[in-house]
Amino acid sequence: MIQIRDVVKRYGHLQVLNGVNLEVADGQVVVISGPSGAGKSTLLRTINGLEPIHGGSIVVNGTNVHARGTNLNKLRQEIGFVFQHFNLYPHLTALQNVTIAPIQVKKIPRAQAEAKAKELLTALGLKDKMHNYPAQLSGGQQQRVAIARALAMDPKVMLFDEPTSALDPEMIKEVLDAMKALAGKGMTMVVVSHEMGFAREVADKVAFMESGKVLEEAPPEEFFNNPQNPRVKEFLSKILR
Amino acid sequence: MIAGYTMDWRVITEYLPVLLYGVVLTLRLSVMAIIVAIVVGVFAGLCRISRNPIISFLATAYVEFLRGIPLLVFLMFIYFGVGSFVNLDVQVASVFGLGVFAGAFVAEIVRAGIESIPKGQMEAARSSGMSYLQAMRFIILPQALRRILPPLAGQFIALIKDSSLVSVISGKDLTLQARNVIIATFRSFEVWLFTAALYFIMTFALSQLSHALERKFKIEH
Ligand SMILES: Nc1ncnc2c1ncn2[C@@H]1O[C@H](COP(=O)(O)OP(=O)(O)O)[C@@H](O)[C@H]1O
Ligand SMILES: [Mg+2]
Repeated sequence: MIQIRDVVKRYGHLQVLNGVNLEVADGQVVVISGPSGAGKSTLLRTINGLEPIHGGSIVVNGTNVHARGTNLNKLRQEIGFVFQHFNLYPHLTALQNVTIAPIQVKKIPRAQAEAKAKELLTALGLKDKMHNYPAQLSGGQQQRVAIARALAMDPKVMLFDEPTSALDPEMIKEVLDAMKALAGKGMTMVVVSHEMGFAREVADKVAFMESGKVLEEAPPEEFFNNPQNPRVKEFLSKILR
Repeated sequence: MIAGYTMDWRVITEYLPVLLYGVVLTLRLSVMAIIVAIVVGVFAGLCRISRNPIISFLATAYVEFLRGIPLLVFLMFIYFGVGSFVNLDVQVASVFGLGVFAGAFVAEIVRAGIESIPKGQMEAARSSGMSYLQAMRFIILPQALRRILPPLAGQFIALIKDSSLVSVISGKDLTLQARNVIIATFRSFEVWLFTAALYFIMTFALSQLSHALERKFKIEH
């Protein structure tokens, strides 16, 4: 589903991705962890072509993301993105946030788009918040709207960039539960997160990134119980304290 | 020393139609100039944030140059300067002079309004498959408009006031009408005071309209 090969990315002179390799198979959930500044967000943003790359290649669902002729607008319809700070559209209601892209990008009739959006929002526990504006919602509710917004495009892959790290502790669970449900339905997911409980329970593979490289990747039991790289051990000892 | 001037307000009632016609002329001139300013300003504002360096340089040059010169000099340049090469009607010169001049300020307001929208909004829109133009139209501009409206109203109030300068190139407006009334009656004090009141009514109405619009947007939000 996703093949990331030797990806190099710079911001000016700063080398942010240093030859990243990662495979995500169809239906897999891959959790990426690692210290701040490791390049995790940048990697996610190169997967949907939000950032250009300077070397290597990324293939999503058979399409070479950074090839010259790639229609990114079309490709991005298949790749849902959930941001750390939600990035909901503040001038639109929850329902409108979810329907705007299906209506304008996919040209789905409004009634049909709304029916689907209501279904998604209801499944995410937001039935009576549909007509609220983002400013009237809690962080956890906003992030669930953002998940519904991404799902409304019927993506084949979902990318999550620290979806719970801007949330108050009591709201983290509701978002993680929504993500677990999604994983349970077989969605292919790449999740940047420090939620190790989530990784243990849901991930098929956990990857550790530092200084623009994937230093270790393994199934959760192996990753947590028997990490090979000393930097991973150190990081885990800090985070699992 | 007190000059021997006695006030005589009958001049106002006698010449009221002339002065009110001046209001019509100034409003017509201002509205047309505002339309030019919006078209030119929105276009230049979008060009300023373009990633194409030539386009953004040209837009920046336009904005910086016009903001750095006096309107009166610009009007003279258009009417007399450009007018020496092409036949320019004074009304056309007035509308374009005022509009293109104000457009530079509108461009800055539009640019600042768009840039005040957090980057994450464009990223979210593009991530969902919207093109740049779709993201602008459905996500960025509707939000920017709320922030643009108040300074834009201020700019248009300035334009109404500045439009009095076209009388210098004999553009027909309220100020020119007032001057003509004074030439006929020598009633400077009364006529200029009344003219000032007429300008104030126009600008005050526009500023009230802008406050009303602002309130409307706030409630909807
Ligand atoms: N737009 C940008 N311009 C310049 N440097 C950037 C930009 N975005 C990220 N960086 C830098 O790239 C590095 C990796 O950032 P990021 O991918 O956000 O890391 P992470 O998500 O792992 O914390 C950091 O050093 C960051 O400062
Ligand atoms: Mg990050």
